[in-house]
Amino acid sequence: MSPPGGRPFPSWPWAGPALSVGPVIRDLLRPWREASTWWTLTHLLLDVAVGTVAFTVVFALLVTSVVLLLTFPLAIPVAWLLVVSARALAQLERSRVGALLGVAVDDPVPPLAARTAWARLAERLRSGARWREVAYHLLALPRGLLTSIVAGAAWCGSAALLLLPLYVSSLPGGSAKFGLFEVSQGPGAALAALVGLSGLAVAAPWITLGLGRLDVATARWLLGPRPDAELGERLSRLETSRAAALDSAEAERRRIERDLHDGAQQRLVALAMGLGAAKERLETNPEEGRQLVAEAHEEAKAALREIRDLVRGIHPVILEDRGLDAALSALVARTPVPVDLRVEVTERPPAAVESAAYFVVAEALTNVTRHAHATRAAVTIARTADRLVLEVRDDGVGGADPDRGTGLHGLRDRVTALGGTMHLISPPGGPTTLLVELPCGS
Amino acid sequence: MRIVIAEDSVLLRAGLTRLLADAGEEVVGTVDNADDLLTVVERHQPDLAVVDVRMPPTHTDDGLRAALQIRARWPRIGILVLSQYVEETYASELLADDTSGLGYLLKDRIADVSEFLEAVRRVGAGGTALDPEVVAQLLARSRRRDPLDRLSPREREVLGLMAEGRSNAAIARELVVSEGAVEKHISNIFMKLDLPPTENDHRRVLAVLRWLES
Repeated sequence: MSPPGGRPFPSWPWAGPALSVGPVIRDLLRPWREASTWWTLTHLLLDVAVGTVAFTVVFALLVTSVVLLLTFPLAIPVAWLLVVSARALAQLERSRVGALLGVAVDDPVPPLAARTAWARLAERLRSGARWREVAYHLLALPRGLLTSIVAGAAWCGSAALLLLPLYVSSLPGGSAKFGLFEVSQGPGAALAALVGLSGLAVAAPWITLGLGRLDVATARWLLGPRPDAELGERLSRLETSRAAALDSAEAERRRIERDLHDGAQQRLVALAMGLGAAKERLETNPEEGRQLVAEAHEEAKAALREIRDLVRGIHPVILEDRGLDAALSALVARTPVPVDLRVEVTERPPAAVESAAYFVVAEALTNVTRHAHATRAAVTIARTADRLVLEVRDDGVGGADPDRGTGLHGLRDRVTALGGTMHLISPPGGPTTLLVELPCGS
Repeated sequence: MRIVIAEDSVLLRAGLTRLLADAGEEVVGTVDNADDLLTVVERHQPDLAVVDVRMPPTHTDDGLRAALQIRARWPRIGILVLSQYVEETYASELLADDTSGLGYLLKDRIADVSEFLEAVRRVGAGGTALDPEVVAQLLARSRRRDPLDRLSPREREVLGLMAEGRSNAAIARELVVSEGAVEKHISNIFMKLDLPPTENDHRRVLAVLRWLES
């Protein structure tokens, strides 16, 4: 709302003492002073070359794989080649846009989660982000032709018009014929030179910048993340990790049930039986009865021991009370194989992360003891600002495979549920290295 | 001996009270949380406090912290800490300054009544009782492996029992050998580990623990 009485009538920009054409011309010539113009021009001139290559490769592979779909098995390697090369070309394009146009285009393609070659190919073929990359390459040739030719024409055409008077004057007749136009020395050539000059000074740079915008827009549209697609990816990652969390909780419950059933419960049954027998026998044969009571006593102590170990395995109290260093020291002390332990964690991570790290080490050391035939192991845990990184190495026989054996699989689920990653390097013959990274952002 | 019991499980508290009373000890007070423990100890000035690690109010290491406070305020009172799990870290915190009149045992050990009572009397009399599992952790963890490897299996056994706080006589009974044989093993151990020889049982424990921890 303007105040009552109003402001003075705005002065006409071209009128009065402020009249000056200088700023306007400076503005028009601005692209000449900026390096980005020349980088953009380089980008545009490369467009047709890159576009030709990308289009040819992708189009040929796409058509071939579609045609080969008739003979399904043959289409597979070609389809694989298609997704892989389209991906590589897209990465190249992202970096070209970044380097020459100065615009960072985020890579929306999620890392492959599947482990078998088949599942990885299927995952690639299902990924919308990867198909948009293919579309980008198919569009690259027409777009490249447009941008390279228009930019080239603007610069070369303007330069040619500017040089026209020289050309015309060098001709014997003093005039040149271009199709319907005939340019002779004098006003005609001067006009052409003027048009050429203004084209070179103003039109060509601005056209260059405009076409650069077009390239950026295309790259953002087809190579960048989609706002909703990004959310979708995050959602699907969350769903995966949630399912993993549920799976690992379920597996854990089954393990506890089995351990209780096979261990403490059987011992208590034996204990009750032993005490029952002792009660009978104490009347008739006190000596034998005492013997049975002594056996029952041993049985009870064994049951206590088993329950204690089981409960410690579910939730180690010392981890909660004193943190990773103390808990892992105790764990290492109970491991029969000598373990070199290094813990560089000053600030305690969140409880869930601490607990996952502890159980990863516990399971890894169990494997080292049971399967690796190792003589030494080393555990290293370090905390960076937002991650907990842990490594368990042993000099055993190697050949560990997380897809077999529920222990490692459960670990992976547990790590995935927290958004972490787990890598196992275990060639046959060893040595085995387990690397786990857990995010511990607050 | 006048004893105070701090244990939040009703069953175990009643069991312990009866066990100690049957053995002729006098239980002067029982409490079920760490705060009350300090009050009762202050009022009764017992010879020994039997303390559970995990107790109200926070159900973490309240008992342990109360034990350390008792230690600081009334160093004369013996403390026997009982726990569902024994961890070397807790043991190191308890035994930081002195091992006299201190015990740290798994609750399971109560089941071996006579050994448990022996530990109670030892701690009440200013001795030491350290759970074999803690000693095993210390032996496994000790960074000074090479000198340990120089010990014979029997000497390692004796070292473990010594670290638990047993006297020569008790070690001899446990291993079914003569006290003279135990003394010979012990002087060998002290020589091999470069430990200063000492007569007093709990000082001996301290020396062994320091050596293992360093």
